[in-house]
Amino acid sequence: MAGLHHLYLTVGPARFRVASTWRQPLDQLAALYKDYPASQGGYADFTVRLEPEKPWRRYIRPSVHISGDFWLPDAAPLPLSQCLLAAEMGMNLQMALGWRRHLLLHASSVEKDGKALLMTGLSGSGKSTLSAMLAEKGWRFMGDEFALLNPDTGMVHSFPRLISLKNEAIAAMQAILPDSRFGPLLTGTPKGDIRHIIPPLDAVKRMADTAKPALLLFPRFGYDPVLRDMGKSEIFVRLTQASTNYVALGETGFQALTKFVDRVPTKAMDYQSGEQAEELIDSLWSQL
Amino acid sequence: MMGDARPLIDALRAPETVLSLDGTGWTDLISIARAESLIGSLAHRLADVAVPEQIQPVLKDAIQAADLARRQALWEADCAGRALAPLNCNTVLMKGTAYVAADLDAGVGRSIGDLDIMVARDQLTAVEELLLDAGWEWVKPDPYDDQYYRDHMHELPPLIHRERDRMIDVHHTILPLTAGPTPNAGAMLDYAVRLDSGLYVMAPADMLLHSIAHLFADGDLAGGLRNLWDIDRLVRQFAGADELFWMELGVRAKLHQLEPHLARALRLTARLYATPVSENLSGSTNMTDHFYIRRLLARDGWGRENRKFTRQAFYIRSHWLRMPPLMLTRHLWTKWRKA
Repeated sequence: MAGLHHLYLTVGPARFRVASTWRQPLDQLAALYKDYPASQGGYADFTVRLEPEKPWRRYIRPSVHISGDFWLPDAAPLPLSQCLLAAEMGMNLQMALGWRRHLLLHASSVEKDGKALLMTGLSGSGKSTLSAMLAEKGWRFMGDEFALLNPDTGMVHSFPRLISLKNEAIAAMQAILPDSRFGPLLTGTPKGDIRHIIPPLDAVKRMADTAKPALLLFPRFGYDPVLRDMGKSEIFVRLTQASTNYVALGETGFQALTKFVDRVPTKAMDYQSGEQAEELIDSLWSQL
Repeated sequence: MMGDARPLIDALRAPETVLSLDGTGWTDLISIARAESLIGSLAHRLADVAVPEQIQPVLKDAIQAADLARRQALWEADCAGRALAPLNCNTVLMKGTAYVAADLDAGVGRSIGDLDIMVARDQLTAVEELLLDAGWEWVKPDPYDDQYYRDHMHELPPLIHRERDRMIDVHHTILPLTAGPTPNAGAMLDYAVRLDSGLYVMAPADMLLHSIAHLFADGDLAGGLRNLWDIDRLVRQFAGADELFWMELGVRAKLHQLEPHLARALRLTARLYATPVSENLSGSTNMTDHFYIRRLLARDGWGRENRKFTRQAFYIRSHWLRMPPLMLTRHLWTKWRKA
């Protein structure tokens, strides 16, 4: 059986060992995550595996099957040209299915003055792009995929992986960021075009710093700008759907989430441009 | 490095062996234990060992996950018990759920998936109706599969609860009807032990023999290390508490036609987990034990199954054991055409 190349990677509180049949995804990870802490003496929370779907698919139309300590039976393989995406999905999968130290909210988060703004919503709501944009405007980027809520302290922990931009958002960010901050353009993925951005260095250096959740937004891109109140029960139910480990945490998850919904001001926010969103966010933030 | 699942065996058998592991060794061990669904058992087993602080949170997670699994399994058993209450039949819990319901060592940290229960065969239709009424639904609405289960298997086709998303397997005996040995299901039900909840678990010897039947006669030994760990825990607890256990075990193994299976299981668990076993029942080392051990340990430090040829051989064997050759040919032909 073929040996595996591997590297270690630490993002926020999570330590990964990524093992792969091919060097390519690891070389890409090493370049994009070069400022992150690497091996912690060989210890890891999760192993991710990137292997050919069938042995001969290592060379012929190579396709990457994603698995690891935690896996899904029906995960579709990706072509080798999208191996960076496969690696990122593999790490996400470990977090989504295996992480228990925090309640995982499928949300982006940024911090200012020790307080966190969380943005959650369906794919296409713009939560990733907004967090990437705010990260260039004086906020500290904490993560674009998962916000980690500590059930004991109620604080949000940072999980600042590469920021994953999709389709139109790529051009929007290319207009304001240098090329050196971007990973390769991945075309024709199951989610369309994807390009990763390296978070600001400050976000990486301060990834152990926690923040108190101060505002939660449900952004929705493409509608006339407006802020709306939401009922607590609606917020609660939508957050249970936005959490990958709410059920797995049992009572702990329920306690953490009810406390969060009780304490954190929340709005639904419609917007049509980054400038509009920024204005709305600033107006809310100044009233906190 | 990266050879087989031996680091996991060593850690379970003699927890202090983990003290010599470096970071990579720990990461290998965790991957193997997760792949073999033994991470919760391992975490409990290491409770008194000075584990490096880098690994403590991983083990704590595993303990909490197992606690929740336990709670959910007991709740699921309770739900099934309430659904079947009108029938007044004895509902016997099996495998993981039985171990936690009876508070046995084998249940400590154990991962538990489906709910497995056993009822008398003449009650099957009534049980099926009550479960369907209480919100369970068929998982495989395929007529061939459905008929296959009903004609040849030891259980109903699997049912899943539409709200809780949990599976239940309703057994009427412990081995497929097409398998060689024919365990005495009636005697198992008669001997079953009533718990405070009103649900039943098998008597000690039967419980161990079911675990053994499950390991050998009904599978290709995938996940066999966990199954064998159950066997180790059950043997230690039952034999430790009752000096007549070995005698009883011999009698029940004969009754259920599982003597060779029992002997093999005792040899393997003694070999891998250093379980103290009765030599009268285990017999002496058999040449083929070596292949079983090779198969059981076929897992590398990345958590991958290796030794493909060995695994394939056991996979074919698992079908061979379940069905006579002509029937197997027909079955595989039908499955292939439908695939």
